[in-house]
Amino acid sequence: MRMDVISSVNREFIKNQLKKGKRLGERGMDDYRKIKIMVNPIGTAEGSAYVTLGNTKVLVGVKLGVDKPFPDTPDKGVLITNAELRPIASPTFELGPPNPESIELARVVDRGLRESEMIDLERLCMVPGEKVWIVFVDIHVLDYDGNLFDASSFGAVAALINARVPSYEGSEPYDLPTRGVPVSCTAVKINGNVVLDPCSEEEKIADARLTVVMDENLAMRAMQKGLSGKFTIEEIRKTIDVMSRKSRELREIIKEGEKYEQKN
Amino acid sequence: MNTKENNEAKKTEKGKLIEDNGKRLDGRNLDELRKIQMKVGVLNRAAGSAYVEWGKNKILVGVYGPREAQPRHIQNPLKGIIQATYNMASFSVSDRKRPGPDRRSTEISKIISRALEASILSESFPRTTIDIYLEVLEADAGTRCASLTAASLALADAGIPMKDMVVSCAAGKVDDRVVLDLMKEEDNCGQADLPVAILPKSGEIVLMQLDGHLTGEEFEKAVSLAMDGCKKVYEMQKEALMKSVGKVI
Repeated sequence: MRMDVISSVNREFIKNQLKKGKRLGERGMDDYRKIKIMVNPIGTAEGSAYVTLGNTKVLVGVKLGVDKPFPDTPDKGVLITNAELRPIASPTFELGPPNPESIELARVVDRGLRESEMIDLERLCMVPGEKVWIVFVDIHVLDYDGNLFDASSFGAVAALINARVPSYEGSEPYDLPTRGVPVSCTAVKINGNVVLDPCSEEEKIADARLTVVMDENLAMRAMQKGLSGKFTIEEIRKTIDVMSRKSRELREIIKEGEKYEQKN
Repeated sequence: MNTKENNEAKKTEKGKLIEDNGKRLDGRNLDELRKIQMKVGVLNRAAGSAYVEWGKNKILVGVYGPREAQPRHIQNPLKGIIQATYNMASFSVSDRKRPGPDRRSTEISKIISRALEASILSESFPRTTIDIYLEVLEADAGTRCASLTAASLALADAGIPMKDMVVSCAAGKVDDRVVLDLMKEEDNCGQADLPVAILPKSGEIVLMQLDGHLTGEEFEKAVSLAMDGCKKVYEMQKEALMKSVGKVI
């Protein structure tokens, strides 16, 4: 990766503002930037979603393929999540095979989808041990301004709940069987202050990061602490409490993506 | 899932790709372009960007630079280098494409880089690189032409000094007829595809490829059809740029 730098003036400014309880863009500590979700813009995908979170833009496509199941789950479909930090999205992203950042992103999003059991993988089995549907969730980052974990997760969930299982050997296509809408919430700690939905400037100076994926009952389904800084258990409790409240709002936004209309 | 089969089915259902009244499967005339929409300045981080919808093709292009070329041995002390990277999203085609570069995208990246280089005044920024990232989000034949057209817009949006735009369009042969701007069914089942890119002011050709079968006569016809198509696309490019400049003034 190319070096990502922030000027000391900016660094100090953000930290001083946080001390006064202020954030860039006039946001409160727990405020998300504006979220827009467009559903199924990609005709060649079985499901897709285009998410803008502030200036961050992510496109997620769901493709289905047919293959053999894993030997330890012969009667279940397979979920495969992949993320690409395309160099179009930031001067610091480079071409080449997936790097640790994109692998962590894909794995954290995958954990939220998998552990919330939002996809009914049993219903994606055609012949046990022989033939099952493989669900590919491909995350394509197009413009980077922070919080890729949440933007990608919102996109993956929105794409999945709007995806169709295509016709196979004459079978009727049907909606991808899903249940529930898991919501990812990410916070970073900067100089002792915990803020939700960090933008790229905030991420650059963050000491620690925490992502939590919650289900409808506010049970936690996946977590990831990142970066080299530390949280106290009180900070984590308090953050999860804030996230629980936030996740209800976010869930409604994810459910109500705007349908894309093909113009051409 | 099985695109080839679907196309075959579509073709045999109608019998052919061009009906007796001279209309194509999507109702176009032989010399008609698909619907095209262009927008400039769509990305936040990139120095310049453009989004083009060309029929069902959806292409996003971002430009970074001029910036230091790395590793150093690729630097040219006399001029900047132009590095375009064409990439298809895994979900952009009916059967999922494995992510990452393949032989086809490497070749397209190369010819697009050379075509754009012909328009850029690269002597003015030696030792640097201009990186152009072309992301195909949905593909429906003619992605290289749409990408190249979008790339030139993104370069203009980034304020890169150029002597002209680059504009691209394909012609081809379907059911023994020469047609403009092949869509997927025509590309898969047609007889020839001839993508062309020009510098519109001089009419000079900066990209030309052919696969298929064209007689000398058909070639002449196809080239002039493609060049006419390029000129129409050029008008749309200008309009898109004027719109983005209009916002500033």
